[in-house]
Amino acid sequence: MVTFTLNGTETSFDGDPDTPLLWVIRDAARLTGTKYGCGIAQCGACTVHVDGSTRRSCVTPVSTLEGSSVTTIEGVEGTEAEAVQAAWRAIDVPQCGYCQSGQIMSAISLLQFTPNPSDDDIDGAMAGNICRCATYQRIRQAIHDAAKTMEG
Amino acid sequence: MGIQTIRPTRRAFLAGTGLVIGLTLVGRQAGAALIRGVPQDVQGPHADLNAFVRVAPDGTVTVLSKHLEMGQGPYTGLTTIVAEELDADWSQMRVAAAPADDDVYKNLAFGLQGTGGSTSIANSYEQLRKAGATARAMLVAAAAQEWGVPASEITVVAGHIRHEGSGKDAGFGEFADKAAAMDPPGDVQLKDPKDFVLIGKDRHKLDTDEKTNGKAIFTLDVLADDMLIALVAHSAHFGATVKGFDDGEARRIKGVVDVKQLPQGVAVYAEDTFTALKARAALKIDWDLSKAETRSSQRIYEDYRAEMKAGSLEAGNKGDVDGAFSAEGITSMDTEIVFPFLAHAPMEPLDAVLMMAEDGSIDCYNGSQFPGQDKAAIAEICGVDPAKVRVNVQLAGGSFGRRAQFGSPYMREAAAVFKASGMKRPVKHMWTREDDIRGGFYRPIYLHSIRGAIDRDGNISGWDHTIVGQSIMNKDELDGTTVEGTADMPYAIPNLRVVAHQPKLGVPVLWWRSVGHTHTAFAVETFLDRLLDRAGKDPVEGRLALLKDAPRHAGVLKKVAEIADWGSPVPEGRRRGVAVHKSFDTYVAEIVEVSIGEAGVPKVHKVWCAVDCGVAINPNVIRAQMEGGIGYGLGAILFDAIDLGEGGGVVQSNFDDYRSLRINEMPEVEVAIIDSTEPPTGVGEPGVPPIGPAVANAWRQLTGQPVQRLPLASGPIA
Repeated sequence: MVTFTLNGTETSFDGDPDTPLLWVIRDAARLTGTKYGCGIAQCGACTVHVDGSTRRSCVTPVSTLEGSSVTTIEGVEGTEAEAVQAAWRAIDVPQCGYCQSGQIMSAISLLQFTPNPSDDDIDGAMAGNICRCATYQRIRQAIHDAAKTMEG
Repeated sequence: MGIQTIRPTRRAFLAGTGLVIGLTLVGRQAGAALIRGVPQDVQGPHADLNAFVRVAPDGTVTVLSKHLEMGQGPYTGLTTIVAEELDADWSQMRVAAAPADDDVYKNLAFGLQGTGGSTSIANSYEQLRKAGATARAMLVAAAAQEWGVPASEITVVAGHIRHEGSGKDAGFGEFADKAAAMDPPGDVQLKDPKDFVLIGKDRHKLDTDEKTNGKAIFTLDVLADDMLIALVAHSAHFGATVKGFDDGEARRIKGVVDVKQLPQGVAVYAEDTFTALKARAALKIDWDLSKAETRSSQRIYEDYRAEMKAGSLEAGNKGDVDGAFSAEGITSMDTEIVFPFLAHAPMEPLDAVLMMAEDGSIDCYNGSQFPGQDKAAIAEICGVDPAKVRVNVQLAGGSFGRRAQFGSPYMREAAAVFKASGMKRPVKHMWTREDDIRGGFYRPIYLHSIRGAIDRDGNISGWDHTIVGQSIMNKDELDGTTVEGTADMPYAIPNLRVVAHQPKLGVPVLWWRSVGHTHTAFAVETFLDRLLDRAGKDPVEGRLALLKDAPRHAGVLKKVAEIADWGSPVPEGRRRGVAVHKSFDTYVAEIVEVSIGEAGVPKVHKVWCAVDCGVAINPNVIRAQMEGGIGYGLGAILFDAIDLGEGGGVVQSNFDDYRSLRINEMPEVEVAIIDSTEPPTGVGEPGVPPIGPAVANAWRQLTGQPVQRLPLASGPIA
């Protein structure tokens, strides 16, 4: 039995402790905003926040999360989250949309640590998130836009 | 909130005491089993004014999209077209997937329901304008009757039906039922395009909001009560069959429900995804390779070179090509260009959910590109009447051609999985990324061999072009997709011959975003660039001189040269390349600025793009598709190849060895859209073809070596 916090709710999981967090989130908790894309931490579609940092949930065994706090796209909130999602909407970043939960989770985390990121900062934080539709130009723009709105 | 126990399966979950969280209950009245998913044809209080336009009592208008939304924007584009002629307000517009119906919702370019070939807007433009105008006329007629005034005195503006004389004013909802009962007019007057209010202006996409908060539902997100997860173990070799298998270890894993042999491989059924993954990995399968393709890619390239000497299919032959090459004083040049297999690798791998209702009918949830064919495949394999199969089209997490398969081979696998399960419980069949990368249906391998001649005056006088590659359409005669973009090249070259060889190979192939243009644009635009260079001509001026009878090609080329300020100084260490190509009746020219990047791979700094797609329905989406097409094509020409190794097994397996472009490799893209009153054409694919040759043309200047083998990261020719 592993006990952790999922989007603010204390949660226990009594299945196979090797189960990757991704499948606990999707199959057991039925939160489907977090996506499967590769299963080997190469694409970032499964990105969530664990104790305030990004984590590839597809390679994170649930057994390692005892006492941790997990946030998914469904539960993310706060200044950075609002700024990022508003910026994403304002310039229509998504195309197919499948990778965008992961992109947004990475972008929120970037702004939490680096409120006014440079292009290099964006490359560093976002290069682990693949978008096969290649919406990268708008992702970059939206992150800069979100940073501006946060400045107030 | 107290402690919540979440368990890995629905059954365990129900047996426990935990709370069920995060559910969106979207039930259809007949099938109670669906927990999350988007069913089609849900009955409601709305009125259908025609097959495409549905008006609810609250005045919202839902457009039924006959085309799949996979990121390319038809949900928004088709809705814009209807709203324009309906004189609706944009805020009242909604969109939903149309049901599977090869008659009512056929693609007018294909004759059956299907999305592909960048046809969604092109084939729907007149049809949906008429659908909107017809619905408008019926609403006006209903209002005229109700108010007792002449229809000619009624105006419709931004969703308001008004009669000035009496001061009456109503929304669409008030007349929806009455309008639906009206006889549709035989003929309707469409707007003069100069009066367009919605078309031609940037418009937010209707699917953006739900794609920024995790609420968008893709097939992988569809949930049903008591649903099984199924995975199929496939061979690494194409054409292999199961000789025998040992499932003892797999069956001992808790949560494994069953294991079945199928024509496509061996299926495992489990209560949850992780259990299914473990069980599939535990299978021991003995594959029969006697009918499998066992040649390596290297061997196929060699066989294709030999194939060039065999009899060929003529795609075009004008002037006197042999004469041009034997003329006195000519300069000749030749090249071979090698193109590898490419996987589409959409972010969402192939998947489908199938479930049987109490009355024996089947619901399928799938991001379907050919829903009518998928329906027929399910009916055939599951042994039910096609009338009792509903294909509920979901948003697709990309496709790039992968989900568009005539004969529905993927759906046949999903249906075989469901049938073999006994069809008692809902089944979600999914492919992993490894299944996707190793699953075939690739852009074929192509070999091009080209000779060019420049006459004494420096003009390109001869072009002799041979292409070898599998027929995507599996034709014995010439397949247009093998040669499109070559024999019909726009350049005024007097002596031109193009021939093709279409050898058979045991590797399933498929169209890949822009189909034949993925290789023909590269071959034509890189070799032409070399010939112009040899003749001492500027890449832009040289092309324009050959495009005197191709005004739309010339138009985008001039435009892109203008926005890139072609000819202006380029930063130290950088070079520029250009390419222009028409595909799917849309004209695109691109100029790139490139330097030698890390590990000797091209670093593309900037791309200027000009596109002529006729009437621009939504410039926002057109720019997005150019940006995305450039990024998609660039990733492939820089990094991607699917290789068959010794013995014929696929070498690559996931995004670690089948690279995707990443954000740090994405150039800045600037797009100009040509003003046009021509009928609108597609934008999903045409941004792709020019990027490869434009980069290769810059790369040749940086390195002094022509690019004769893709991907570029693989180095010079083997």
